[in-house]
Amino acid sequence: MWCIVLTSRRVSLVENTTRKTFQPPWWRRVAQVVFVFFCGVTKALASVKSNSISPTNIFAPDSTPANSIYRLSLFELEILGAIFVVVFSLLAYAVVKFRERKEDSSEPAQIYGSNQMELAWTVLPVLIVVVLFLTTAQVIHRVQDASRPEGTIEVTVVAHQFWWEYRYPQFGLVVSNELHVPVSDPNHPTPTFLSLLSGDVDHSFWVPRLAGKTDLIPNHPNTMWIDPHETGVFLGQCAQYCGTQHAKMLLRVYVQSHDDFDRWVHDQQEQAGADPSVAAGRALFVAKACFACHTIRGVMAIGRIGPDLTHLMSRDTLASGAVLNTPENLRHWIRNSGTFKPGSFMPPQDLTDSELNQIAGYLETLH
Amino acid sequence: MASEALPLTLHKGPLAVVYEWLGTADHKKIGFMYIIYALLFLVIMGIEAILMRIQLAHANSHFLSPQVFNRLFTMHGTTGVFFVAMPILFGFGNYLVPLMIGARDMAFPRLNAFGFWMTAFGGLLLYGSFFAGDGVLHAGIAPDVGWFAYAPLTATAFSPGHSTDYWTLSLLLAGVGSIAGGVNFVATILCMRCPGMTLSKMPLLAWMNLVMGGLILVTISPLTAAQLMLVADRYLGAHFFDTQAGGSVVMWMHFFWIFGHPEVYVLIIPCFAFVSEIIHVFSRKAMFGYPAMVAATVSIGFVSLGVWAHHMFTFGMPSYGNAFFVLTTMVVAVPTGIKIFNWLATMWGGKIRFATPMIFAVGFLFQFLIGGLTGMMLATAPFDWQLGNSYFVVAHFHYIIVGGILFTIFAAFYYWFPKMTGRMLDETLGKWHFWLFVIGFHLTFDFMHIPGLLGMPRRVYTYEAGRGWETWNMISSIGAIFQTVAILIFVYNMIRSYFLGAPAGNDPWDAWTLEWATTSPPPDYNFAVVPSVRSRRPLWDIKHPDDPDWKYE
Repeated sequence: MWCIVLTSRRVSLVENTTRKTFQPPWWRRVAQVVFVFFCGVTKALASVKSNSISPTNIFAPDSTPANSIYRLSLFELEILGAIFVVVFSLLAYAVVKFRERKEDSSEPAQIYGSNQMELAWTVLPVLIVVVLFLTTAQVIHRVQDASRPEGTIEVTVVAHQFWWEYRYPQFGLVVSNELHVPVSDPNHPTPTFLSLLSGDVDHSFWVPRLAGKTDLIPNHPNTMWIDPHETGVFLGQCAQYCGTQHAKMLLRVYVQSHDDFDRWVHDQQEQAGADPSVAAGRALFVAKACFACHTIRGVMAIGRIGPDLTHLMSRDTLASGAVLNTPENLRHWIRNSGTFKPGSFMPPQDLTDSELNQIAGYLETLH
Repeated sequence: MASEALPLTLHKGPLAVVYEWLGTADHKKIGFMYIIYALLFLVIMGIEAILMRIQLAHANSHFLSPQVFNRLFTMHGTTGVFFVAMPILFGFGNYLVPLMIGARDMAFPRLNAFGFWMTAFGGLLLYGSFFAGDGVLHAGIAPDVGWFAYAPLTATAFSPGHSTDYWTLSLLLAGVGSIAGGVNFVATILCMRCPGMTLSKMPLLAWMNLVMGGLILVTISPLTAAQLMLVADRYLGAHFFDTQAGGSVVMWMHFFWIFGHPEVYVLIIPCFAFVSEIIHVFSRKAMFGYPAMVAATVSIGFVSLGVWAHHMFTFGMPSYGNAFFVLTTMVVAVPTGIKIFNWLATMWGGKIRFATPMIFAVGFLFQFLIGGLTGMMLATAPFDWQLGNSYFVVAHFHYIIVGGILFTIFAAFYYWFPKMTGRMLDETLGKWHFWLFVIGFHLTFDFMHIPGLLGMPRRVYTYEAGRGWETWNMISSIGAIFQTVAILIFVYNMIRSYFLGAPAGNDPWDAWTLEWATTSPPPDYNFAVVPSVRSRRPLWDIKHPDDPDWKYE
């Protein structure tokens, strides 16, 4: 068809077709290139299907929703790759082939259009859109409308400016910043369904290897689910701009074997220990009004503004994943949260060194 | 020509010149002011981008504080959409539409001036925020809510003080200006065409500006309404977006994006117009499939009104809602594909002259193709659950806005600068500009897709080490250097050529539309005699009397 355009001038295209001799099929070469490209893309993506490149690689899924998206994306990338190769080659060919020659100053043949070709490049994209839409709709339905099987873990996620609160209604538990879920055997799935709420502004829960993101919006409860197939720590972070420290609102999901998970639940259900050697620190925690924002079960501390600290030492990180939970970082954080996270809502504390050590010493007993 | 007027202009004092420009209602002067104004803001937003790229070059960088970074990305986005892209396209539209349809001015010259000054004051007000509060170095109290300013981050509880007020009031002003411009485009194109120029004989540029004007009327209104609601929420105790009193933050998203998505087409459709004009002139061929191009443009205009919630795939719509917006968004690919193929077919069999306007237009074609395909990926709701709000999205829309819109604006500068000033831009400098900008653009934005695929969200002032994002961010930042040099060359080229460029003559490109029939720069009244036309390419008819277009159209 393209050779027709080259030669015809203001005449019906159909007339001309009959007169043209059959050219070597350029499309066959293009098809070969496309095929090679297909294989290339698929191979490249299959090889990155590991978390070695990045712990948050969307092409290394380890949970059913993330995997459905991954498979859909491969299918789509093949189609788009083919479109890219074809259109790119045609453009490149036109740009190279139809350059102006110096010696030739005449105007080229004027062609105003061709209904057949217009029709062709309207109908073909329509067909592609139909295929892509139907495939997509299927995946949307599979991920969004999934039902809860027996053994589902329910977690309510409440996002705050700039930390995460997780409630396990089945276990009467409230924990902060580090989400623990059981591993899910694909044959006997025990997925975790997350009910997503916000305590202030919009946030988004995004752990790329487990699922796509879903926003947490005030007064607009959302749901998402994950069923991690392997144990380990999965990383992510808030993906909806939520204010000054949006960047340090990190997500850590601990996927544990069922036994480990049960043990963790049991440990977390315990009240805070009352080690007499840190009684002074505990008293100071109350006297300095830390309790106004933080809960420590078993102590007169029921604040709900900041993270629950009942088992602070069971966590690997402080400040919603911003720093490791070390004695030194803990002291920096208590004295001035702005050291790691300028804009965090925990106010700087006016404490003497010994007061700081007493409070930190007390917190260090909260295993 | 106005030989009697010449001595008068020569004796004008500087004050008289200033007064003439401030008080002008001439479409060319207003167009010129829009363009200069937008170029100033382009430089400002570029500086903001460079600061952000320095910050993001390394993980856990302390070059900027989070507060300043958040102000910068908000200002960069807001400036880019409202005070660079819109004004520059309005500027070219204002300058070109009356010339190309053989009119002596826009339909409402005073409204035109009003629109420009509203937009101009909007931009000045927005940047006033940099000088408020603690002043320039700590970025004043510039808005820090992001360019789409999701509720409830804009509520007084989360945004105390006046930073959000600067944002909302300046957009309110600029929005009124845009609506004035939109009314003017529609009225001018429908009512002011010269004899013989039926709708089907208008240059594509006029058609596309008509669609753009219509879209502005439909889309700026919800934005303006939303800004008024926000002001009422903040100061009059209204509860439109106050969830604790029965309001809805999702409503803000709907209002914003039913403006925000068609806005993208408000920006890209005039660029399609530039490309259409440039490609057919430099391929030396008539536009292939003119009726299909018009139909595709109009249908993009309509379909674009029904796709807004693809910005909201992650906010938790029911599956049927998501599927609906997947379909409408994907459908946009059909008319867009028609356009690309028509441009391709216009080049096919032509004799392509690679002057600077054409190489920028060809660059646009390749980059717009890629930007369109990544757009398809984002239109696929489940894929968007991963890619949405990540750096992939940032890369995608910069591919459209820089690789698409900015490239065509450069093309338009090289193409119409001779008409506006009477002097040619330097071709050698133009090619340096092009190649450096292409290198910089691809370094920055090609590699920016990758951290998005590896889980890097947008709008973060810094990021964690060890996530595989550092290298790609560093490459993106290096690309900014090339882009900066290219822009400096461009600015130098314009200033130098304005004074020293080769004289252009009336028709330097051997083109076919009416603006090339008058002098460069055109006189105040554009045409001494109102032209009349018989085809889409009136100058072709004159140059080829033996073979005129009107026989075939």
